[in-house]
Amino acid sequence: MTLTLGHFLSLGAMLFALSIIGIFLNRKNLIVLLMAIELMLLAVNMNFVAFSYYLNDMAGQIFVFFILTVAAAESAIGLAILVLLFRNKSSINVDELNTLRG
Amino acid sequence: MDAKTGLFYVFAAILLFAAFRVISARNPVHAVLYLVLAFFQAAAVWILLKAEFLAITLVLVYVGAVMVLFLFVIMMLDINMDTVRKGFWKHFPLAGTVGAIIALEMSYVLMGGFREPPRLAQAPVVPGQIVAQVSNTKELGKVLYSEYLYPLEIAAVILLVAIIAAIALTLRERKDSKRVNPGDQVRVKWQDRLSVVKMNSVVAATVAATAVNVAEEKKS
Repeated sequence: MTLTLGHFLSLGAMLFALSIIGIFLNRKNLIVLLMAIELMLLAVNMNFVAFSYYLNDMAGQIFVFFILTVAAAESAIGLAILVLLFRNKSSINVDELNTLRG
Repeated sequence: MDAKTGLFYVFAAILLFAAFRVISARNPVHAVLYLVLAFFQAAAVWILLKAEFLAITLVLVYVGAVMVLFLFVIMMLDINMDTVRKGFWKHFPLAGTVGAIIALEMSYVLMGGFREPPRLAQAPVVPGQIVAQVSNTKELGKVLYSEYLYPLEIAAVILLVAIIAAIALTLRERKDSKRVNPGDQVRVKWQDRLSVVKMNSVVAATVAATAVNVAEEKKS
């Protein structure tokens, strides 16, 4: 049994489902939320790389490159916001973040 | 089942286990370390797909920079685990339902892919042909710096914006430092620096006075 596209797509799908479960479970924990988002991006990147290999198209890997860039920028800014939040509120509890009355 | 398939199953199993531990670990430091493990396994899977450059980038950029940033932030913050873990199991039924629905739908769609190769409109493609002649890095660079040059520069600008935003958000000025304001420095006029004072010339008077003094000394 050789490797098919379905193997890699299933791996990506399972990773994506796991990180969705993680986002639901860790709604109180901002740091684990950020980590689950990183996992989701990894799952999407896995699909891109798999399609790039099986369709002989370099564009998928280029796209993964840009996704990695944006994800790095996103996590850097997210962690900066987290540090700022902790400095102002002395906690990162999601329940206390109700200043906007959302 | 060849060796490549076996390796894929090993990497995929470790990857899914690590992802599960990321979302279920009590200690956020453990979660970050499991995330590092997950990224390593994903890099291994990408090497199986002959995307070596992206795999190395994932390890260098993600494990080397972003995950270390995560670790630093977690160790800097004082997280109260009791309040954070509250409601963890309360949301489990909803989370499990959503996850199961996603997994079932995806597996239903993807089941056909295991039995037969994907049917395409074009001629059948043989996977892995693009990297046969040159290395993956060279191929990626050729496309990236010619066809995708403009998006590449936009990505560079995004990284610059991220740098400036992260610094501007977390910068804290010291109260006791004596520093100059660059804006004031730029806006300064010559009137602020140089003041012209109008006054009478007194040189002649002093000369006359010394002459008188000399004359008085001679007299006495």
